[in-house]
Amino acid sequence: MSGDTAGTSLEAMTNNDLVVETEGLTKRYGSRRAGRIVVDDVSMTVRRGEVYGFLGPNGAGKTTTLRMMLGLIRPTSGTARVLGRAAGRADVSGRVGALIEGPGFFPYLSGRDNLRVMARYQGLADRAADRALERVDLADRGDDRFRSYSLGMKQRLGVACALMGDPELIVLDEPTNGLDPAGMQDMRGLVVSLARGGQTVLLSSHLLGEVQDICDRVGVINNGRILRESTVAELRGATSLRVRATPVDRALAVARQLAGDAGVRRPDESETATGDVVLDLPASSAPQVNRALVAAGVDVYEIAPLERSLEEVFFELTTGRSARTQVGPHVTTNEFKDEEAVR
Amino acid sequence: MKTMTKDVINSSRAELLRLRRWPAVWLTLGVWFFLALMFGYLFNYFSYKTGDLSFSNEGASTATIFAELLPAAAPNMLLQGMPMFGGALMIVLGGLVAGNGYGWGTWKTIFTQGPSRRAVMTGSMLTLSVLIVIVVLLTAALCFGVSVTIALTEGADLVWPTAGAVVQSILAGCLVLELWALAGYAVGTLARGPALAVGLGLVWTLVVENLLRGVGSVLGPIESLTHVLPGTAAGSLVGSLIGVQPDDGTPGVLDVLSATRATWTVVGYVLAFLVITLTVTNRRDVT
Repeated sequence: MSGDTAGTSLEAMTNNDLVVETEGLTKRYGSRRAGRIVVDDVSMTVRRGEVYGFLGPNGAGKTTTLRMMLGLIRPTSGTARVLGRAAGRADVSGRVGALIEGPGFFPYLSGRDNLRVMARYQGLADRAADRALERVDLADRGDDRFRSYSLGMKQRLGVACALMGDPELIVLDEPTNGLDPAGMQDMRGLVVSLARGGQTVLLSSHLLGEVQDICDRVGVINNGRILRESTVAELRGATSLRVRATPVDRALAVARQLAGDAGVRRPDESETATGDVVLDLPASSAPQVNRALVAAGVDVYEIAPLERSLEEVFFELTTGRSARTQVGPHVTTNEFKDEEAVR
Repeated sequence: MKTMTKDVINSSRAELLRLRRWPAVWLTLGVWFFLALMFGYLFNYFSYKTGDLSFSNEGASTATIFAELLPAAAPNMLLQGMPMFGGALMIVLGGLVAGNGYGWGTWKTIFTQGPSRRAVMTGSMLTLSVLIVIVVLLTAALCFGVSVTIALTEGADLVWPTAGAVVQSILAGCLVLELWALAGYAVGTLARGPALAVGLGLVWTLVVENLLRGVGSVLGPIESLTHVLPGTAAGSLVGSLIGVQPDDGTPGVLDVLSATRATWTVVGYVLAFLVITLTVTNRRDVT
């Protein structure tokens, strides 16, 4: 999935391909002098058929930006266009499904009746509510009151509501909040299936693992400003290889022959005996590196691909310095931490 | 225009479903029916049967009280509780319908479903208005049912009121309850919650207007001010239909304004609350 549309240049995009387009979107609360800027000059695009990850820590401005895209709040300046029209117009809202900052439903109604109420607002038949409940595996609890639902069930009902009417764009703000690991996995599967079905998904999250796994492109936001917008692969950069071997001197020499002097580094120079050597080579070079090291009489303990996680990229973007490196498969529940906490 | 009408109908249908299944609505309306029955018939019938005229009908004769219990007086009995506790309960209802949606986040969800905010709010207030018409009709049916039962039980002749009097009472009742319901709806919208609407509404209808009218009786400018208050208009509208006796203790029923002026003032308030709600909702940020 990743990269199908992402590689296409923005200039080549027709208006029809851009499902969301914001320009200089800004939201300030309070006066110009003493006010607080929550969203600052945000320009971003979401293309038709992609899963777009909107990343940022809590309080970064994600939800406020999404609210402006849905017409729930008015921008102080800038514009947001959704499906080619001004955000929030009635003829746009009907083509967009959204779950914004937690599900808002009537606590005294059952999940099914809540969806029926929303279906009526959309002019849909009651069976649309039943279908939506089935899609999020809530059909068997559909007749229970909303107030009796767990946080995860409430969240799933919110997603079900967003899916009703098969909207062209689905905006999900932190959809995995409150879900257990199995629920999170189901949610990721659902998002992927929506994209396969041709629907565009704009997903905001502070959980980097899920965004990394399922999104085509991401926009990183912090303190109200978009720091970067690109494909996940571009954002994470090239893969390298980490080698743990002895003797280190001989391993270094072989590595330099394979990757050149500039392509080899030692992350931790103090580890003289079995320290890691990092080679700027793709993961597919691992067998070749291994053969060369063994042929040179080096004992190889470990060769692993070294990728930057989105978490590391985010810290680099926000603090201007490298975060710790991480090897191998990424933990899917990595979260952004507050900058203060990291320091 | 066609889309707007369709969206208003869709919104109204949606609102009807959620109001129909809301226990708070049934509780509020149940209290109204109970109070209307209690103050309209139960106490008077008790006084008539026991001959004790000291409670709430001081100065009235047994014959007068009995006449009020018969079908001919049903249009009056329908209206008499409306300026006071009827208005207070409708403020509560309007405040709940508009205000709770902000706390629960349901307006946020609804405003992303497709219809414009104007269509959603128009649909919601339309449903509330339909509910009020149903309440007034049911109250009228209740009044007639009870009065006919009393007449038959006591062996009195069944004398019916004129159709014009019945229609006039029902229309006036709808207008008065609509005024207070939309007042509650507007305050609930402005406050983004039901608490202020309910609290402020009750204090306003039960205390503030009565106090101002008390002060107004000795201070000219205050008296002029009370003439344009919603409670004065609603009370005068009811008073113009059921009459205000000097010794009549029906609270809130007044003869300050003429029927015409009272009617137009009530209509003006209904429109003002409607416009305030639509304007505020349309312009505000919903979080």
